Amino acid sequence: MEIHEEQIKKLEEMANTMRQDLIEMLLKAGSGHTAGPLGMADIFCAFYFHILNHKPENPFWEERDRLILSNGHICPIRYVAMARSGYFPVAELATLRKFGTRLQGHPEREKLPGVETTSGPLGSGLGQAAGIAYAALMDTHSTGSGQAKKFKVYCLMSDGEQDAGNIWESAMFAGKNKLHNLIAVMDRNNIQITGMTEDIMPLESLRAKYEAFNWHVIEVNGNNISEFINAIEEAKAIFEKPTIIIAHTIPGKGIKEIEFDFNWHGKAPNKEEAKKFLHELRTIGGKIKSEHE
Amino acid sequence: MNKFLVKNLFDKAKLVMTPTRDGYGKGLVKAGEKDERVVVLCADLAESTRSLWFKEKYPKRFIEVGVAEQNMATIAAGMANYGKIPFISSYATFSPGRNNEQIRTTISLNNLSVKIAGAHAGVSVGPDGATHQALEDMALMRVQPNMVVISPCDAIEAEKATFAAAFNGKPTYIRLAREKTPVFTTEAMPFEIGKAIVLRQGKDVTIIACGPLVYEALLAAEKLEKEGIDAEVINNHTIKPLDKKTLLASVKKTGAVVTVEEHQIMGGMGSAVAEVLVQNILVPMELIGMQDKFGQSGTPDELLNFFGLTHPFIVKAVKKVIFRRGSGQVNKKIK
Repeated sequence: MEIHEEQIKKLEEMANTMRQDLIEMLLKAGSGHTAGPLGMADIFCAFYFHILNHKPENPFWEERDRLILSNGHICPIRYVAMARSGYFPVAELATLRKFGTRLQGHPEREKLPGVETTSGPLGSGLGQAAGIAYAALMDTHSTGSGQAKKFKVYCLMSDGEQDAGNIWESAMFAGKNKLHNLIAVMDRNNIQITGMTEDIMPLESLRAKYEAFNWHVIEVNGNNISEFINAIEEAKAIFEKPTIIIAHTIPGKGIKEIEFDFNWHGKAPNKEEAKKFLHELRTIGGKIKSEHE
Repeated sequence: MNKFLVKNLFDKAKLVMTPTRDGYGKGLVKAGEKDERVVVLCADLAESTRSLWFKEKYPKRFIEVGVAEQNMATIAAGMANYGKIPFISSYATFSPGRNNEQIRTTISLNNLSVKIAGAHAGVSVGPDGATHQALEDMALMRVQPNMVVISPCDAIEAEKATFAAAFNGKPTYIRLAREKTPVFTTEAMPFEIGKAIVLRQGKDVTIIACGPLVYEALLAAEKLEKEGIDAEVINNHTIKPLDKKTLLASVKKTGAVVTVEEHQIMGGMGSAVAEVLVQNILVPMELIGMQDKFGQSGTPDELLNFFGLTHPFIVKAVKKVIFRRGSGQVNKKIK
């Protein structure tokens, strides 16, 4: 699927809109995660507005691509992408984390159609994605009317959750079974809740580790939408093994003063901060004038 | 004797002895035959959990995950999410023990139709010792919303329970035992999840049991009859949802209760029954089970006796509750 410069520009604009939605919803919620969702805005934008084969009006469509979010705490950016692509009204974003909301603090499958799995406790998403991928391949290979299941299973995970043993059990399983319909994306932003990943529990070399587990590994700049889309295209052409895209992202991306700061992993902006952040996003770092001011 | 129970019920020499895990293996094959969506996952214990029997019949629907129970739970959640009916088999100490959080988040909270079969439950596992004797598995499972909990009393009931679980559309835990235990029920005994079975009618006391110890409860009732005490025995195979109607009807009639299980008293079947009783009717109650202890190595018989889980202990407990109830006629017979 070729992608033109103009499309990329449009996606980048959408990613900026999504970041603004995110800051506004986190301010209203009064709690939540800021850094990860900002860093992953470009990737979520690429998924929901270009990569995914989905029908927002029919979240249970059987042939949809499955997007499994393993690190559930970054769900606000998924909610934003879902609202902007038509799963539910954008106004509903204001209900994040409020009593009675469908937009739970950590996403729940039973509450909001389209989130695919309940997540939050780290390390369990890759296994569920591998389970779906395995089941789909079973049906593809089975005789009879078994039509090939063409959908892809994507699993987004954080780098911090690579600490969890469950991830590596699932990585082994996917490698053993050559789950080529499974494409994992790791948000390699180098931070986790209490510090830098390499201080808390060194993860490198992640490439060598996944290769050793029989995965195809691609590394990209996760804040470059066209680079990311190209990586997905490459992954789709691999039929011998699962693929993982290690997406190097900047936590807090889009707001200079919080970029790379792990202190923004698990907190939401206050009113003053939100105003400043929104101004920065609306003016693209002071490059243009905001119509809001 | 009723048609739900075998002839020669109390003639140990003539009883067929089979472990409940064999019933699980048979039930899997039967469920797999009926529905192609049934798949079985195992964590390197196919022979021991009897999921091997399914593997031999349906190799393409058998998935080996290695010694990785956490992963097994998440893979199964994914497969159920897609539309399969996965059974996951291991020892109960590992599944639902080791993988408890994965079961909570990815199966129960997701409300997915995954079946968890925990083999080697209870001290009757024997020589393997405390590490492999699951005594808290029902407690772990029954506190999870959406989860159904079943503890079959013999191999025939385990087969029926496995088959029924395949098609109930809910997260379900099935508790299994390692050692051979009496096959004392018949094919004629009905099995419906959530429907307790009165195996023996009586008016003086209600003995509520689950798992292979239901047989000990019947033995106790037989001994009690000789002492003029008429015990009702209930096979309470479904711990959750509990069959409140059947249990309360019996307890209202008898006014005294003893529960029997091969599990910790805390959080087990007896606790579940007590929770229902205290909110409905005040009656004396004794709970037979593990008294906040781990097991140890030994033969199943040695261990069941050492931990006070066999029929003489049930008889004692029955006399205790009847004494506490203070009913004149029955009391006089107790020394």
